[in-house]
Amino acid sequence: MPSDRYLEIPLEEKQRLFDEVKADPRFHTYLYGCYECGICVAACPSARFYDFSPRKIAQAAAREDVELIYEQMNDDIWNCSQCFSCNRCPRQNSPGGLITVMREVAVNNGLRSMKEALVGYTRIIYKIMTTGTQVSPDMLQEDAFPDWGPQVKMVSDNLDLWRRALPPETLHTTGLSWQVEERTMQELYAIWKLTGTLDMISEVDEGLHDIMEEIMDDALEDSGLSL
Amino acid sequence: MEPMEIPVVKGGTKVATSRVFERDPDTVRDEDLREAIWELGREGEWIVQPVPEPYYLAPTKYGRMKKIPLEHTWHHKSCGQCGHIPGYSTSIFWLNRLLGYDYFDPRDQTSCTAWNYYASATSNQVAQAAVAMRNFSAAYESGYFPMIHCGTSFGHYKEVRHELVHDANLRRQVRAIMDKLGRPFVMPEEIVHYSEWMYAVRDELKNRVQYDLSNITATVHPACHYYKLQTGDAIYDPEIYGGQRTAAVTGVVQTLGANVADYSSWYDCCGFGFRHILVQRDFTRSFATLRKIEVMKAEANPDVVLTHDTGCVTSLDKSQFAAQAHDRNVGVPVMSESQFAAIAVGAHPFRVAQLHWHSVDYRPLLRKMGIDPEKAWAEFQGDLDQIQGGQMEFMTWEHVL
Repeated sequence: MPSDRYLEIPLEEKQRLFDEVKADPRFHTYLYGCYECGICVAACPSARFYDFSPRKIAQAAAREDVELIYEQMNDDIWNCSQCFSCNRCPRQNSPGGLITVMREVAVNNGLRSMKEALVGYTRIIYKIMTTGTQVSPDMLQEDAFPDWGPQVKMVSDNLDLWRRALPPETLHTTGLSWQVEERTMQELYAIWKLTGTLDMISEVDEGLHDIMEEIMDDALEDSGLSL
Repeated sequence: MEPMEIPVVKGGTKVATSRVFERDPDTVRDEDLREAIWELGREGEWIVQPVPEPYYLAPTKYGRMKKIPLEHTWHHKSCGQCGHIPGYSTSIFWLNRLLGYDYFDPRDQTSCTAWNYYASATSNQVAQAAVAMRNFSAAYESGYFPMIHCGTSFGHYKEVRHELVHDANLRRQVRAIMDKLGRPFVMPEEIVHYSEWMYAVRDELKNRVQYDLSNITATVHPACHYYKLQTGDAIYDPEIYGGQRTAAVTGVVQTLGANVADYSSWYDCCGFGFRHILVQRDFTRSFATLRKIEVMKAEANPDVVLTHDTGCVTSLDKSQFAAQAHDRNVGVPVMSESQFAAIAVGAHPFRVAQLHWHSVDYRPLLRKMGIDPEKAWAEFQGDLDQIQGGQMEFMTWEHVL
């Protein structure tokens, strides 16, 4: 049963968001029905530590319970670990896949809970979208990973030297995971623009979107790629 | 955590049951896409890049044999491995060089970007497929065959392949993007993970083992994205857990002469969570230590945890520091099987395996293998002095082989 947390949101809006989820071409390959066996919950790491259930995700989607789905899109989906342990479902559902799609809709529609879930994450979006590599060596800073112990400080103190002490020629980098050709990055920028991915970022952080758009437009202008 | 009875013959990977597991093609959940890939190739939808010879035929979950190329491989690197645990990728390259296999380490490669996608959903189906196909086209144009280092990239690319085979509209959209980039539209005949290559060369490695590993006990964490996404296309060996769990990693470690011990929470993920590891690590730390490391310690007391994916090494290794501060039953080094295997066949633990990037104390393991960690560190420190002094610009392959 949905709670009364989102009564002020019109039903039509909840229906609109669910329709977006359902319109994703993957939706029907992620949902076939539900035995309520709970195998997905037993396998789910997030269910052990959060008030979270992949079974409820599949059931709400199967019932098209737009009230509950709206609540899940705000309160539950960001707890998912995206490990896809739930794929062992005997009906071949993929609650994790449904959540991927629900998250995309949450981003595209700028849901408040999405912005809260991604607080502190935008530097990662900047890194992956502008360099083509997700985590770089220079992100290993003790203030970013205090719970990883003093070894992180050792890495950051010796970063340049330790990177030069790597035999693969492509790994002598600190700002990227490996050396990426300029043309390769330009092609990646083209993909982000052509697929609407860059536009999605404006819902997450408008300032970040504007910075990245400028970087990508400048690079693409020099690239000769005709979009 | 109290030890619990596990239905596996003690000290091995043989299932303690009289039941015989037979591979049954009728129970296949994931169809074999290879014929559809070739058919789409014949119809001119895409170019199929064949697996180069020589290749190894490895058994997968439902019995179909998968072609694993031994050389002429294009190494699709992992951002997490190269960025934070670079001994992982270095060991894979080093093993290729040791065995004399031709490979290519490209700069015309991006991350699969799936870590970000599973963390933040700031992308979409078409973009993810386009990133994959751009990388595949780069591999094709280089003349080398893709070898995927990251478990998530491997699983995600298998998902992308499945979607592209079944969705003509998606193919049309992605092909249009490749056309704009001036790239060919290419699908590899197989999508291959490096741990499958490790499995394929395990007997070659066995002949080169430098140390007695018979007193080393490892626990193996099978990476979720390696075998839970598109389940059929992963290595399974009837000799290992009756063919009911992937043989990747375990098959290699056993062939090298070390022991693999079972533990009850083997199916659990590592706690990485994609978003959680970066901005909500209370979950990752709790899960990695309470559900994985402590269970391994209580039930198997391993010398080392071995796995085959970027995020798993990171979660299981880095999460232990905070738990140690609370006097929990943790403290097991974690690394990839590529690092363990490289060290076992003579790679330097710091020049090649780069263990100084790892958190948990690995020195007891090295000593138990017969390696003096202090002597090895002094050698590596000498290299660092040379780099700092300008006598050596970078560590080179010539220096470490």
